[in-house]
Amino acid sequence: MNDKLQLPNLDYAALSPMLILFGVACIGVLVEGFVPRRIRHGVQLSLSLLGLVAALVMVIRQGSKDDVVTAQTAVAIDGPGLFLSAAIIVLGIVSLLLIGERSLETGGAFVAQAAVTANTDADRDQAARTTGATEVFPLTMFALAGMLLFCTANDLLVMFVALEVFSLPLYLLCALARRRRLLSQEAALKYFLLGSFASAFFLFGIALIYGYAGQVDFKAIDTAIQNSANDDILLYVGLAMLAIGLLFKAAAVPFHVWTPDVYQGAPTPVTALMAACTKVAAFGGLLRLVYVGFHRTEWELQQVLGTVAVITMLVGAILAVTQTDIKRLLAYSSIANAGYLLLGVLSVSERGLSSSMFYLVAYGFTVLAAFAVVTLVRDADGEATHLSRWAGLGRRSPLYASLFTFILLAFAGLPLTSGFTAKFGIFAAAIDAGQTWLVIAGVVSSAILAFPYLRVVVMMWLSEPGETTPAVSIPGAMTAAALVIGTVATLVLGVAPSVLIEATEHAGIFVSK
Amino acid sequence: MSLAPYVPILGLFALAAGFALFSVAAAPFVGPRRFNKAKLDAYECGIEPTPQPVGGGRFPVKFYLTAMLFIVFDIEIIFLYPWAVNFGMLGVFGFVEMVLFIVTVFVAFAYVWRRGGLDWD
Repeated sequence: MNDKLQLPNLDYAALSPMLILFGVACIGVLVEGFVPRRIRHGVQLSLSLLGLVAALVMVIRQGSKDDVVTAQTAVAIDGPGLFLSAAIIVLGIVSLLLIGERSLETGGAFVAQAAVTANTDADRDQAARTTGATEVFPLTMFALAGMLLFCTANDLLVMFVALEVFSLPLYLLCALARRRRLLSQEAALKYFLLGSFASAFFLFGIALIYGYAGQVDFKAIDTAIQNSANDDILLYVGLAMLAIGLLFKAAAVPFHVWTPDVYQGAPTPVTALMAACTKVAAFGGLLRLVYVGFHRTEWELQQVLGTVAVITMLVGAILAVTQTDIKRLLAYSSIANAGYLLLGVLSVSERGLSSSMFYLVAYGFTVLAAFAVVTLVRDADGEATHLSRWAGLGRRSPLYASLFTFILLAFAGLPLTSGFTAKFGIFAAAIDAGQTWLVIAGVVSSAILAFPYLRVVVMMWLSEPGETTPAVSIPGAMTAAALVIGTVATLVLGVAPSVLIEATEHAGIFVSK
Repeated sequence: MSLAPYVPILGLFALAAGFALFSVAAAPFVGPRRFNKAKLDAYECGIEPTPQPVGGGRFPVKFYLTAMLFIVFDIEIIFLYPWAVNFGMLGVFGFVEMVLFIVTVFVAFAYVWRRGGLDWD
């Protein structure tokens, strides 16, 4: 009875980025309990930013070392894993700047007590006067730490735990918008119910794959696919269920229906966080799953995921045309972008991996800048997100309208923006892999998607400002910083993408142990 | 593979079904018949099912907090039992890990305590 259990080998240096973030999140919860309300916001913001910077330093230090598979085979800290971790942390820092902004609206973008019934006097009172909940900071840190774990998880069970760790805080964050509480609550509930449903699919998929392979780590699954005498039905049904869980998070059609409602209802800084960081995490997980665990089922995957990619690109682009709300428009654009990213996943090549990672970073910066502008266009009732309100914005505030025009052109994929280099890289990788039909669908959907973007540009510049066109608020330092970082990154990655492209290629391939 | 080891289970099924049928059938003959309001209620717990309460039957949100707290400590206990059974095998590493786990649970507890989650009113 006194035999010692064999202990897992834990490489603390390699795990330190996520350990730091989890630690900071726990300290953040204690800060909520013990620090006086007056200074809580400042303490939380500096603590979270410090934690993220420390985690980034640890990721960069680990970058010069060899690939590690640690905690038995549960976590793989390899080149792509570190690159995706760094991307999540940097995009997380920029989103945190938007989340921490308090000068645009008294008390920030978040509500103080989410349990107050919407549309009552108490609700209107707290929207007008109270300062927002500072619990958003620890919640954001938990979500970001979960995303790091998700991108580096080397077996299905750890992946599932990480999925829940980053999903649960996001459900809560969605419910915390200061204004339009009913929309916000509806968004959170929809996201929670559909998200739990997708998680259940994912878990059932794990059970079936375990039944097939007898193991849950990717390398063992790969070996089992070559040798196993078990019925392939288990493998394919399990893989399909795993794909449903992941494609839900990635917002691919037909698992996309939550996206517009949640993007619209959630507080805009949280929408930005989801559009940038969750996208990286979801595709990071999907890439590792396909490249390490299931690349031998490539042929079958391409039939199914290829179809999903085509309808995702086309449905996202076509429905974006009909939108009248800027946040919903960006949501459908994010769905279409998930389709382009699926091309990178389907290439199953080194080039596909590096171009997907480049795309994730480029898109993340651009979408953060876009939502930063959305937080600025506001009137007395909060953000004016209806597109008709944006008419004539170019006359009222030429600077911000120009920035937003640049961002939209980047989404549309015009040269000299990161959107062009990113799309070019991913389409080139797909053609290399012989996926010409997917690329044709991608180009067609890009052309369709350019229309809604250009329509907004035309509205901003060529319409007369109406009575209801709001003036753009002067951004506080943090929103301004987020906007500048996002826009400059979009420009630099368009004009001189080589540095980041080299980094993605240097990251190499997923470790397979 | 022989299914013989499962035959006693079939026997148990039959016994359970027989007992249930016997009890339901015998109750009207041997049981006393003293009806009162409490006797006709839904069995001793829960919310009155009829008539439908106004506004969907609202109850204080404080109960929800109690339920959440219960889950926090319930989960902790679930992890503590197997750890306690295997304490010898797990050694110092297992002890440190469990201390870390309990510390994180107490972070949540400290938050609830400081923010008034333990006050009923």
